[in-house]
Amino acid sequence: MLGTGIIKGLYITAKNFVGTYFNPDERLTTLQYPEEAACIPENYRNFPFLIYDGSDPVEGLRCVACKMCENECPPRCISIVAERDEKGKILKRPRVFELDISVCMGCGICAEVCPFDSIKMDHHFEIATAERFDSLRLNLPQLAKSNEYFRKTHPIDALAVDTKRAEKANKAASKTQSPA
Amino acid sequence: MGKNFLAENLPETTVCSPAEVRPFYDDFHGDLMEISMGPHHPSTHGVFRMDVTLDGEIVVKLKPVFGYLHRNHEKIAEGNSYFAAIPYTDRLDYLCSLTNNWAYVHAVEKLAGITVPERAEYLRIILGELGRLINHVCLVGFLLNDLGTSFTPLLYSLRERERMLDLVEELTGSRMMCNFFRFGGLRTDISADWLARLKGYLEGLFARYLDEQDALLTGNEILLARTQGVGVLSPELAVRAGITGPMLRASGVNYDIRKVDRYSIYERFNFGIPIGAHGDTYDRYMMRMLEMRESVKIILQAIRTVPAGEHINPNAKNRGLRPKAGESYARIEGPKGELGFYLISDGSAKPYRFRIRPPSLINLTVLEEICIGQTLADTVVILGGVDIVLGEVDR
Ligand code: SF4
Ligand code: SF4
Repeated sequence: MLGTGIIKGLYITAKNFVGTYFNPDERLTTLQYPEEAACIPENYRNFPFLIYDGSDPVEGLRCVACKMCENECPPRCISIVAERDEKGKILKRPRVFELDISVCMGCGICAEVCPFDSIKMDHHFEIATAERFDSLRLNLPQLAKSNEYFRKTHPIDALAVDTKRAEKANKAASKTQSPA
Repeated sequence: MGKNFLAENLPETTVCSPAEVRPFYDDFHGDLMEISMGPHHPSTHGVFRMDVTLDGEIVVKLKPVFGYLHRNHEKIAEGNSYFAAIPYTDRLDYLCSLTNNWAYVHAVEKLAGITVPERAEYLRIILGELGRLINHVCLVGFLLNDLGTSFTPLLYSLRERERMLDLVEELTGSRMMCNFFRFGGLRTDISADWLARLKGYLEGLFARYLDEQDALLTGNEILLARTQGVGVLSPELAVRAGITGPMLRASGVNYDIRKVDRYSIYERFNFGIPIGAHGDTYDRYMMRMLEMRESVKIILQAIRTVPAGEHINPNAKNRGLRPKAGESYARIEGPKGELGFYLISDGSAKPYRFRIRPPSLINLTVLEEICIGQTLADTVVILGGVDIVLGEVDR
């Protein structure tokens, strides 16, 4: 019968309209950002950051400037220059570590390939700036964040990394002990 | 010399009558009007332009113009390692990056002879079908929006998509740019808890959404009047033009790569392929609604039977992969049709040739044929039923 479609449709939209008042599972509510923040799942990835252990961002930096992430990054937005001592010998830490987040696509490949668990994906997304060139090129001090921060944002992942690193350190310690 | 061109010096015969200078159509002395729809028209689904020539309200000529979103995808992939091309495939058809990932890793696995563990195949099917659900939910919502059922069905659809994307984000870290498939398996394992939640969602809210959508619109008189007999594509033309996916099946051709190629482990699942009869926009809409129910069936079967084991082949190399020289073409049944990747390897770490067969682009080639004789308002509906994503059309 002509017109039944309209009645049916009105019934369904009315049911949805009323139903969402009583059943919170059915409704999607708008969060009053920035007063309220959405809960971000642990796996969420935005841009990478570098982890340091302890309290000194320079001494504790895990990165050894192996350039694995620089080579694997699909749009090549990481650039690393290794530190050298006075004699020109390459030291195992970066002097320059730059990340151009206007190029980075947040794919997470750098975090995946880093053999030292040094680069990880961040949750921080409020990164708007007034200038679009230099302020989007993050340098070492801007990128370095403490392990505590990582533990807070990625509890499960950080625990796995910490256990792995502790095991490695134990093994290395027992190796240096055994020949002595 | 100049004075010869003055009007009074011209011979009588060179004066044109108005009928000769102005174009006209057939015996009817009305003028044709050319309209450029797009590239920012809201109903062209992206930066896509249609040069439509109208006689009154009837389309007599239609030229699809694309390329506004060309990002040089194939060339970028040829300059990068095999591994680095995976996140770029997310950006082809950005509504369902999971199936794009799958098609690409499938091609590389064929090229390098990498095997995939059993568990990974099951999880891939779950994710691939989830990608199909996300795509079809979007399509149904946007198609109805194009029809002028302003917003309610679209919002219901996007609400469900949001729920699925939340699950996807929790698993892969990103709502749309998943980057989750790896050569030989998946990036991480999927927890039993996640699978249980997906199952609960599909059996609960999503099943209700499908029923609701059917009750709300599938039998609605206005929808029938606006879509039945609109944009009819004959099975002969569909086959000749290389149309694939739900659009081909809506024309009544029984061809689904999941059944034809039996790639992955699809032969272990019990599911049907909906076939249309008329090839019009209504059948295309119905194909999507019915396919969603079949996809739900596949996912539930897969969740029930997924074995324990590895989520990735431990011997598969992702970083620094150098397949031996050769070529491969692998295709899967993407949500929009046959999605294929053609790769040539010269033995180095970069693909020598990287070519994509995008279903959206090829399905778009018949747009003129199915639009001629329809009204301008119908072309919008027809385009909505073809289901294109410009990221994939232009690459
Ligand atoms: S972040 Fe990791 S992969 Fe990149 S240079 Fe440092 S140690 Fe190497
Ligand atoms: S997230 Fe991807 S694009 Fe960004 S720096 Fe890491 S590898 Fe490069």
